[in-house]
Amino acid sequence: MTLLKNKIFKNKPLIVLVVTCIIIALLNNRFLTSGNILTVLRQTSINAVIATGMLFVILTGGIDLSVGSVLGFCGAIAAFMVSSGFNVIIVVLLTLMLGIIIGLGNGLLITAGRLQPFIATLGTVTLLRGIILVFTQGKPIKLGNTPKSEIFSKIGTGFLGPIPIPVYIMILIFIIAFYILTHTRIGRYIYATGSNEEATLYSGIKTDKVKLFVYAFSGMMAALAGILITARLGSAQPTAGGGYELDAIAAVVLGGTSMAGGIGTIAGTAVGALIIGILNNALNLMQVSSYYQDVAKGLVILIAVLLDRKQKSSR
Amino acid sequence: MNDIVVSMKNINKNFSGIKVLKNVNLNIYKGNVMALIGENGAGKSTLMKILTGVYLKTDGEIYLNGNEVNFNDTRSSQEAKISIIHQELNLINDLSIGENIFLGREPVSSSGRILWNVLFENTKPFLQKLGLNEDPKEIVKNISVGKQQLVEIAKSLSTDAQVIIMDEPTGALTPAETKKLFQVINELKNEGKSIVYISHRLKEIFEICDDVTILRDGETIGEFPINELSEDSIIEMMVGRKLSEQYPKVETKIGNEILKVENLSNKFVNDVSFSLNKGETLGVAGLMGASRTELMRTIYGIYSYVNGEIYIDNNKVKINSPMDALNAGIAYVTEDRKSNGIITGMNIKENITLSSLKNFRGKFGFLNKSKEEDESVSYMKNMSVKATGTEQLLKFLSGGNQQKVSIAKCLMTNPKILIMDEPTRGVDVGAKKEIYDLINKFKKDGMSIIVVSSDIPEILGICDRIMVMHEGHVSGFLDMKNATQENIMTLAVGKEVHPNDIA
Ligand SMILES: Nc1ncnc2c1ncn2[C@@H]1O[C@H](COP(=O)(O)OP(=O)(O)OP(=O)(O)O)[C@@H](O)[C@H]1O
Ligand SMILES: [Mg+2]
Repeated sequence: MTLLKNKIFKNKPLIVLVVTCIIIALLNNRFLTSGNILTVLRQTSINAVIATGMLFVILTGGIDLSVGSVLGFCGAIAAFMVSSGFNVIIVVLLTLMLGIIIGLGNGLLITAGRLQPFIATLGTVTLLRGIILVFTQGKPIKLGNTPKSEIFSKIGTGFLGPIPIPVYIMILIFIIAFYILTHTRIGRYIYATGSNEEATLYSGIKTDKVKLFVYAFSGMMAALAGILITARLGSAQPTAGGGYELDAIAAVVLGGTSMAGGIGTIAGTAVGALIIGILNNALNLMQVSSYYQDVAKGLVILIAVLLDRKQKSSR
Repeated sequence: MNDIVVSMKNINKNFSGIKVLKNVNLNIYKGNVMALIGENGAGKSTLMKILTGVYLKTDGEIYLNGNEVNFNDTRSSQEAKISIIHQELNLINDLSIGENIFLGREPVSSSGRILWNVLFENTKPFLQKLGLNEDPKEIVKNISVGKQQLVEIAKSLSTDAQVIIMDEPTGALTPAETKKLFQVINELKNEGKSIVYISHRLKEIFEICDDVTILRDGETIGEFPINELSEDSIIEMMVGRKLSEQYPKVETKIGNEILKVENLSNKFVNDVSFSLNKGETLGVAGLMGASRTELMRTIYGIYSYVNGEIYIDNNKVKINSPMDALNAGIAYVTEDRKSNGIITGMNIKENITLSSLKNFRGKFGFLNKSKEEDESVSYMKNMSVKATGTEQLLKFLSGGNQQKVSIAKCLMTNPKILIMDEPTRGVDVGAKKEIYDLINKFKKDGMSIIVVSSDIPEILGICDRIMVMHEGHVSGFLDMKNATQENIMTLAVGKEVHPNDIA
C-alpha cells in the first residue's frame, strides 16, 4: 500500500495532469467529449514531437533553442518541394534529412567549435529565420491543389479510424524515443554524458558523438514538426514555429527533467506536453483572452515545477 | 578524562526505510582527538553529517556542552562552532584559494564592497600553517588534489571552530603534507580544540588520536583509549573476524613483454620508457607532482603525446582516446573517482557496465538487460560491494564501495593491462585485502597490472617490480631484492640509488 502510494506521489507531473483535467472538466462540460480529447491530442502532437528531441538534448546537459526556426525552415522547404511536384515520400525524407543536417551543424558548433549550447543554437535561430524570410520573401508558401499536395496534407489533416494521423505519429515517436533512451547503448550514453561528462569520457565513450546525435535527433524532430504543421495548414508560414522552443522546454521541465542533465524520462515529457496542450485547449474553450492565457499557463508551469523541486530536496 | 564537548546518544538514521545507524554513541572530548573508524559503509560519514546538520537524524540526542541541541542545517552547526572537512572535496573549482576559504564570510567595507586585499592577506597565515606554498589568488582547479585537500582544511581552520571533524583528510596527501597536518592537529589540541578523525590508515590513528570509537554495520562496538588497543585488535573489532596476512603474495609465471613505452614525452612527462610483462604487477611510486597520474592518463589516451611510441604485444599502437586504449586492452581505474571514475547520479549496474555496454547487445541491437543484471550482480558479489542492490545510486554508496564499483567497471572490459591509480584510497582494511586478492586473481589469469600508489607498504607488498618517478621522468627501477622504503624515497626525490646501497 505504501509502495503504491509512493509510486503515485512520486509522479508529480501525472498528479498535476489529473488535477488539471478534473478542474477543467468541472468548469467546462465540453472538455471531456471524445471529439475535444482528440483535438487536444492532435494539437499536442506538434509540441510533443519537438519536446522529445528537446528531452534528448537536455538530458546531455545542453539546450536547443533553434527548434522553432528549424521547424519554420524545414516546413517552408517541404512546402516548396510539394508545390514543385516532388514525390511525397521523397519530400518527407529530404525534409527530415535537412533537419538532421541542421542539427549536426548545431552539434558541430558545440563540440568542435566549443560553443555553449545556448549561444550556438541562439545563433542558429536568427540565421535560419533570416534565411526563411529571404527564401519566402516574407510570404507564405502554398502547397497548391495537386494530387500530391492532397496526399501531403493528409499527414496533418487525415484520420485513421477516429484518430488523427498526427496522434499516431506522436505515439510512434514516443515509443521510439522510449526504446532509444532505455534500451540502447546511445540512450545510456546520453544519460551518462549529462550526469558526468568527464567520467563518461574516461569510460571510453566519445561524448562528442553523443552530443552530435542528440542535436541531430532534435533537428529531425523539429523538421517532422515542420512537416506536420505545413501539412495541417496547407501552407508554410515564414513565421511558423516562433516561440515553440519555449513550449518544448516547458514540457520537458514539467515532466520532471533536470536542466542540468542526466535526469528525465520520455513518460514525463509526454505528460508535460499534454499538460501544456490541455491548458491551451481549456483556455480557448473557456474563451479566456490570449493575454490571460499566457498568465495562466505561466502560473501552472511554475507551480508544477515548484512542487517537483520541493519533493526532491527532502533529506 | 577531559570534559565532554559533544555527546551523541542513541543516534538512529534510516534512509528510505533502511537502517544505516542503530543506537550509535559518540563522545568528543575537549582538547582530544577522537578516532572514528569502521569498514566502508559502517556509517562514519553519515554520523558526522548528522552532527553537522547535513542529514537529519531519525532519532537520538545530541548534547553540546551538556545542553541538548538540534542542528537542522549546516549553518546552525557552524554557529555552534562545529566544522567538518568532508570526505569528498567541496571546493568551487573556478574560484581562487582565498575566495574558497572565505566563501560566504568575505570581509566587506562599510559600504558592502568586498575587501579583496584583506581577504587574500587573511588567507596567507592559514596556508602557511599547513605548509601550502600557493598564491591565495591561484584558481583551485589548477592545483593538485592533495593541495585542494589542504585548502579544505585551511577553510575549516579559518572558521575558528571548537570541534573539527576530518573525514579522511589524508587520502590525497603526501607523507610530508600529512606530517604538517599532524603538527597542526597537535597545535589545535593545545589550544583546547577537539577533533574527530576518520581514517582507514591505522598507523595514523595510532600516531595522532587519543581515543577510538569503532563502528560496525551502523552499530557502536565501543570506545577505547588508543593505548589499550593494538592494530590487530582494532581490525578484529572493525571487521568482526581475524584477517589473514595483509599482503598475500602469489607466485605467477611472468610471461613475455606485453606493453612497451618508449621515450614518451608531452607537457607533463619527459622521455619516459618502461615495459610491462604478462602477469606482472608494476608499482609506480613517487611524490605528488611526479606526474605519475599524468603518465597514466597519457597512456590511456586522455592527454596526447608528441614524442614516443607505445607497443602492445610488439605492435605499435596509437592511442588518441580512452576508447582506443580500451580497444587496445588497457583499462584505467582513475585516481579521482568522484570527478571521473564514477557517475554518482546513475546506479551500480549502469556504472559497472558503462565501459563494456557493447558486450550486452541483445535482440534487435537493444541492450540485453537480463544479462546486464546478472553480470553486475556477479561482479558486485565478487568484489563484495555493500549495497541494497544493482539499482542503488552511486551517490548513496560509501566511499569505499564507490571505489569497488569503479574497479569493477574496468574489470568488466576484460583488459590485458589494468592501470590502477591509488586503488585503495579510502578503502577499509578488509576491502583492501579483497582488492589485493582480486589483483592476484587477475594476475593468475595472465593480466598485467600497473599500480600507482603513494602507499609505499602497499607497493612493496603487492608488486613484482617498482618504477619510481620524479618530476615527470623515470628516476629508476627497483626489483624486489632491493626495493626498500629508503631506496624508493631516495629515487622519489630525484637522487640516485648507489649500487652499494642495494643489498
Ligand atoms: N543519502 C543516502 N541515501 C541512502 N543511503 C545512504 C545515503 N548515504 C549513505 N547511505 C548508506 O549508509 C551507509 C553508511 O554510509 P557512510 O557513507 O556513512 O559510510 P562510511 O562509514 O563513511 O564509509 P567509507 O569509509 O566508505 O566512507 C552505506 O551503506 C551507504 O550506502
Ligand atoms: Mg565515509
